[in-house]
Amino acid sequence: MKIITVQNVSRVYQLGDIAIHALDNVSLMIERGEFIAIMGPSGSGKSTFMNIIGCLDKPTGGQYLLEGIDTARLDRDELAGIRNKKIGFVFQGFNLLSRTSAFENVELPMLYNGISVKERREKALTALHKVGLAGRENHHPNQLSIGQQQRIAIARALVNEAPIILADEPTGNLDTKTSAEIMELFVRLNQETNITIVLVTHESDIAAYSRRIIRFLDGHIMSDEPVVKK
Amino acid sequence: MINVPSTIKIAFRAIRVNKTRSALTMLGIIIGVGAVIAMLEVGSGARYKVAENIESMGSNILMVVPGSTSAGGVRFGMGSEPTLTMGDSEAIRKECSAVLDVAPMHSGVAQIVYRNENWSTTVMGTTPSILLVRDWPMADGRSFTGEDLKNMNKVCLIGRTVADNLFGGVDPVGKIIRIKKVPFTVIGVLAVKGQSLMGQDQDDFLYVPITTAQKMLFGNQFPGMVRIIMVKAKSADDLYRAEQQINDLLRQRHHIGSKQESDFSTRNLTQFMETAANIARIMALVLGSIASVSLLVGGIGIMNIMLVSVTERTREIGIRMAVGARTWDIRLQFLIESVTLSLIGGIVGILLGTVCSVLLSKVAGWPTRISPFSIILSFGFSGAVGIFFGFYPAYKASLLNPIDALRYE
Repeated sequence: MKIITVQNVSRVYQLGDIAIHALDNVSLMIERGEFIAIMGPSGSGKSTFMNIIGCLDKPTGGQYLLEGIDTARLDRDELAGIRNKKIGFVFQGFNLLSRTSAFENVELPMLYNGISVKERREKALTALHKVGLAGRENHHPNQLSIGQQQRIAIARALVNEAPIILADEPTGNLDTKTSAEIMELFVRLNQETNITIVLVTHESDIAAYSRRIIRFLDGHIMSDEPVVKK
Repeated sequence: MINVPSTIKIAFRAIRVNKTRSALTMLGIIIGVGAVIAMLEVGSGARYKVAENIESMGSNILMVVPGSTSAGGVRFGMGSEPTLTMGDSEAIRKECSAVLDVAPMHSGVAQIVYRNENWSTTVMGTTPSILLVRDWPMADGRSFTGEDLKNMNKVCLIGRTVADNLFGGVDPVGKIIRIKKVPFTVIGVLAVKGQSLMGQDQDDFLYVPITTAQKMLFGNQFPGMVRIIMVKAKSADDLYRAEQQINDLLRQRHHIGSKQESDFSTRNLTQFMETAANIARIMALVLGSIASVSLLVGGIGIMNIMLVSVTERTREIGIRMAVGARTWDIRLQFLIESVTLSLIGGIVGILLGTVCSVLLSKVAGWPTRISPFSIILSFGFSGAVGIFFGFYPAYKASLLNPIDALRYE
């Protein structure tokens, strides 16, 4: 079974009399364990696509199956449950809760699925360890470097053992060296845990870390090809 | 399934992070609850004081006073006709089944002298029954007896105020005082009663046997006349029946036809006191309502701050939604936050209100009476305020679109 199946998905925004086709009849399949980079200029529909497969938004047409489940049938709270268990988000701006520790940020998704305090602690520490932040659990985000902040966000995405990570320009705010470190972390996680990674980027050298590049333009998929490793 | 302990933890953290703002928000509730508590306590203190006054009058009392007279179309005031007599008093005691005891009174103001001290006070001629009728214990010495009454002995009982003013530190019992130049022996001192409802000093008086008073102090042309008959009914329930019996008896004794007006009237003191108690209760209610308005304003303050907080934390809400917070997770987070604010405010307000009411009752000279009822009421009420005024902001937060919330700057 494909982990993500997108069939003829459209997303139309109605602005007064004008209908904007952010996504127009997009079809796509993603296998478990793939590492995909989505590229395209601003307004090409890649963010809309990410929101839809992240269950933050619903398509206005077509069908999106996540692990075989038709997400159109799910209500608001059920979609929240899917986001909690199946999807880990990594954002360009990190989106960490300031004034709370690294540990508490990583613990956050587990507050919404009834895991015991003890188990939460173990899992959060394990996730922090995986991203190389062992021993930093009591630091607040503003006490850490931006690379470390993005690692907290990645640990938060990993902590519920979700099968998919959606990363929206995760290196957009990082310098080249830190970007490389973060991308290597993604590659390692993808290889070691077979986690499916879909990431949006503008930069082709970042996209080069992936194994498949999908290019969007004007709401359509323009190209979909594997990365040829040199 | 909602994780309540962690939701509470989240709410507490949010309150801690914004210490100043939380404290200011609570201030509204603190003042509101404090005012409610203080007003309720002051009200109940006042009611207690009134009840105490009623007790000090003596319970289940009726007063029979002479009626008005008219001569040639000119009507005189109540008590202008000397229609009540010792005989009436005796008859009431003997014949009215609802009556426990009676005390006829014949009084006047007189200057009294002890050595080189003098004092003007009310001299009341009465019978030993007065102590029973007014529930008045002796502090010192003995009361006068039927024998004193019969022999018109020149003995007297004095109130505490008279004792203090005339004798200072000296024990008055056995001393000779002069009332209108007639020497009397002080045989007893009465216990302190304090002020009446109208602010009169109930201890500023002197009791003498009524026969002595009629003969030697306030003698007049009508022998055996009394000014007032105080009647004690057997119980509160018997008051009305006693009033009826006295009316029937006295009309018969005074030969008043069925169409004629009575030449006396009865007054039910307990009713009067109950009215006073009611006024005190209404006062407490009015004060409480005014105080409740400030609690309401405090609640609106909470809603205001919670709305600001929701707007300010839109991004946080977006993050929480992205990682799986459901509608009620978000709602509960903000509800618990507002309820916590209002409950902490409530507790501090209860303490503050209690302190205020203790101070107020000290100033007013009332006994401090902290009722658990008003504390539980205010605590529950502040919790309800938190839920009521926290719900709208929480509801608003829970309806945010996660995408928009995440992008909110």
